Amino acid sequence: MAGAQGRNGIVAGWLPVAIAAALFAFFVSLAPEVAAGRAPAVSWDWLPSLGIAFGFRVDGLALTFALLISGIGALVLLYSNAYLAGHPQYARFALFLTSFMLAMLGLVLAADLIALFVFWELTTITSYLLIGFIHEDPKSRRNALQALFVTGGGALAMLAGFILIGMAAGTFDIAAINAAGLQAHPWYGAILVLMLIGAFTKSAQVPLHFWLPNAMAAPTPVSAFLHSATMVKGGVYLLARLHPSLSGTEAWLWSLTLFGGATAVFASLQAMRQTDLKQALAYTTLMALGTLVLLLGQSTGYALTAFAAFLVVHSLYKAALFLVVGCVDHETGTRQVGVLGGLLRPMPATALAAALAALSMAGIPPLLGFIAKEIAYASAAQSFAPLLVAATLLAANVLMVAVAGVVAIGPFWQRARGPLPKAPHEAPWAMLAGPLLLAALGLGLGLLPGPVQTYLVDPVVLGALGPGAVPAELKLWAGVNLALVLSGVTLALGIAVWLARGAARRALERALGALPSLDAGWDGFMDGLKAFAVWQTRIIQGGRLRVYMATMFVVVAAAVGGSMLLRGALPAWPDLSDVTPQNVVLLGLIGAGSVLAAFTGSRILAMAALGVTGIGVAMTFIVFSAPDVAITQLLVETLIVVLVAVALLRLPQLDPTGRPSFRPWDAALAAAVGIGTTLVLLAVLQQPLDLSLTAFFEAASYPEAFGRNIVNVILVDFRALDTFGEIAVVVIAALSSYALLRTTAPVWGRGPGGTRR
Amino acid sequence: MEELTAVLIGLLTACAVYLMLARNVLRFIFGLVLISNAANLVIFLGGRLTAGAPPLIESGQTAPPPGVANALPQALVLTAIVIGFGLFAFALILMFRAHATLGTLDSEEMRLAEPRPDLRAVDEADAMPADAEDPMPATDEAATDEASGAAR
Repeated sequence: MAGAQGRNGIVAGWLPVAIAAALFAFFVSLAPEVAAGRAPAVSWDWLPSLGIAFGFRVDGLALTFALLISGIGALVLLYSNAYLAGHPQYARFALFLTSFMLAMLGLVLAADLIALFVFWELTTITSYLLIGFIHEDPKSRRNALQALFVTGGGALAMLAGFILIGMAAGTFDIAAINAAGLQAHPWYGAILVLMLIGAFTKSAQVPLHFWLPNAMAAPTPVSAFLHSATMVKGGVYLLARLHPSLSGTEAWLWSLTLFGGATAVFASLQAMRQTDLKQALAYTTLMALGTLVLLLGQSTGYALTAFAAFLVVHSLYKAALFLVVGCVDHETGTRQVGVLGGLLRPMPATALAAALAALSMAGIPPLLGFIAKEIAYASAAQSFAPLLVAATLLAANVLMVAVAGVVAIGPFWQRARGPLPKAPHEAPWAMLAGPLLLAALGLGLGLLPGPVQTYLVDPVVLGALGPGAVPAELKLWAGVNLALVLSGVTLALGIAVWLARGAARRALERALGALPSLDAGWDGFMDGLKAFAVWQTRIIQGGRLRVYMATMFVVVAAAVGGSMLLRGALPAWPDLSDVTPQNVVLLGLIGAGSVLAAFTGSRILAMAALGVTGIGVAMTFIVFSAPDVAITQLLVETLIVVLVAVALLRLPQLDPTGRPSFRPWDAALAAAVGIGTTLVLLAVLQQPLDLSLTAFFEAASYPEAFGRNIVNVILVDFRALDTFGEIAVVVIAALSSYALLRTTAPVWGRGPGGTRR
Repeated sequence: MEELTAVLIGLLTACAVYLMLARNVLRFIFGLVLISNAANLVIFLGGRLTAGAPPLIESGQTAPPPGVANALPQALVLTAIVIGFGLFAFALILMFRAHATLGTLDSEEMRLAEPRPDLRAVDEADAMPADAEDPMPATDEAATDEASGAAR
């Protein structure tokens, strides 16, 4: 197998493992300092004008997450290198996974809300790339998009919430916000709702949970790392991070308890129903996330201790179990409960890892899972609704015991049910290191919970509740108390459910199968969205030029005329005393030409009328001291008439009947736009004119640009780039026209020479 | 005088809008020419009208005499005229090409990209693909013929 591992190369295969291991070592070295209550931090100015900094701070909560991310990351990367040995796109995979790990570290270490948001989105994007890694599969792409949309949408709500927090607290610095608290602020309700949407989409709380089981389309190491141990805990992290600012109110208590509890129970029922090992684990992850949210809802030392302990223990055993399932899948070719069996002999190390991890998951002494579960039960007694919390935890934990049995006992200890797709043999060492180490940690830390208490749990609890809080003590034997009794009941009921798993699965299949599927609802929602887009595009963009033009002109007329009427900005009656007869003739010529062009049915007459108008405009420029403009206008008008004349040779009559039809509605709209234009111009003329720019050009034209024609100087000197752009437009028009004409040969017939303008 | 010009620009705009609302795309292009003229006059008038005093600096002087016409709108209008012409020329040739391909100047009949919903519903299967595909091979051949003709 060593040769197979070598196939991914040193850079793609081993460099990511080294990076993750180095980061882990770094965070371990920070642990004593953080445990002593300090929080090493670095910070750079990012957008100082908005009070946004780019900084990292390593406090207890951040360090706990960072250790889990980098530690499990190193093991998962080591595992992937063997799991996807020789995969043609492994380098891409390793890049995505490493990027994800760094983004996730940034998320938990960020000291500033905006930086946190950026890293949050980076984890969403890398997660999208990883879920869709098997991109040849349409289902995989669809599930990746679903995860992206759901978590991305939640992130938008969260961003809105962050901005509200920033405005309410006057800073984006998380520590400063937490020091002040937001519970008394009038925006607290809105902020809480937005934060919950963000956290619940990321951490897949009911009813926004449906994307997570689908995300299992990703390769198994990704599921183990992102969708179990780290990324989905981002939402939980957010709630824990803002716990000091948001917790303690009725709204916080009830929303977290109810959503977390509902998720935990619903997910454990779903987990029991699955026949695919990976899907079963996916739902137990949901259950864990629900439990974490539920525990965060309470604000007692016990609940927060249980939160931190369960966070750690779940990451350890769930990553181990996912990796075990990956081993089984890799070596046998299937993950189906009904097929797998008899793997104890060919895969003893995998079986050992599975057994240890499952014992921790079931909460059996002396594993760390047992301690976490005991404290959770103990915290229920102190909560605001002991019966509700305890019953929720009990129901979820009973099913956890049963699912642990399904995952760890079935494939290994039961007899084989028939031939497997591949003859099983033990996985390579790189794939065993992760699950064995993680499972062994569950046992070792259960026997010696001291380091967990000192370095992981206590800093989290003190950070969330303040320095006066009293974390519960992690210990295996706390005497005979309510928690121990509940544990016993849990174990007994769990074993009973496991023994009756076939009947339980069928009953759940019937009960849950009758529920409406949110996943199908999602597809319906997406189809509806696309259908709506098609519908509104057809309305807005119907393909009729007249409708587009009419819409634009109606808007112009209404916007100009309407706002003038509303604001009473109508111009005063114009003073026409300075009108000379010559000018009246000139303007009358232009007007007559345009009216004739508008209403004639003859092409030649229209062309001539356009010419009259154009020449009239040129004469206006001459009369009013713009000789350069007039010359240009004359040239352009001549060219226009020539071009139109050439084109007319090949074009039909203007009207099929030979006579133009009067269009009264169009005329009314045209009159409205025309009158609006005149009114605006009259109003403009009655305002004073600011001539400072003109004065600058007049003063600077000769001394600075050595030109006596001020208009020319403006064009070729002061606004030379503008003129360059103008030339570019003409060149583009000429090139495009040439391209269009080249394909019109049978009609044009005379080759490109005749078309040049 | 300026007020009367404002009224004239309104008339020019109205005629242009009326033409641009026509079904015949040639009329649309006539409207384009008129509205370009109207827009240029708007800019020109915005800088006020001054008769008989072009913005020039006499030799020996470093500044124009006081009271010359406003140079800035003139420069802007000059640019606008040229760009308006580029737009007009392209639109004319586009229309010309459309006529060559589609055989009509009626914008209501030019429905290649966005077929009429009623047509689409009735004969989606055969009518539209025929409409959509027929002209193009013909013109492609034409292009080849024309290219070889030009080569000769």
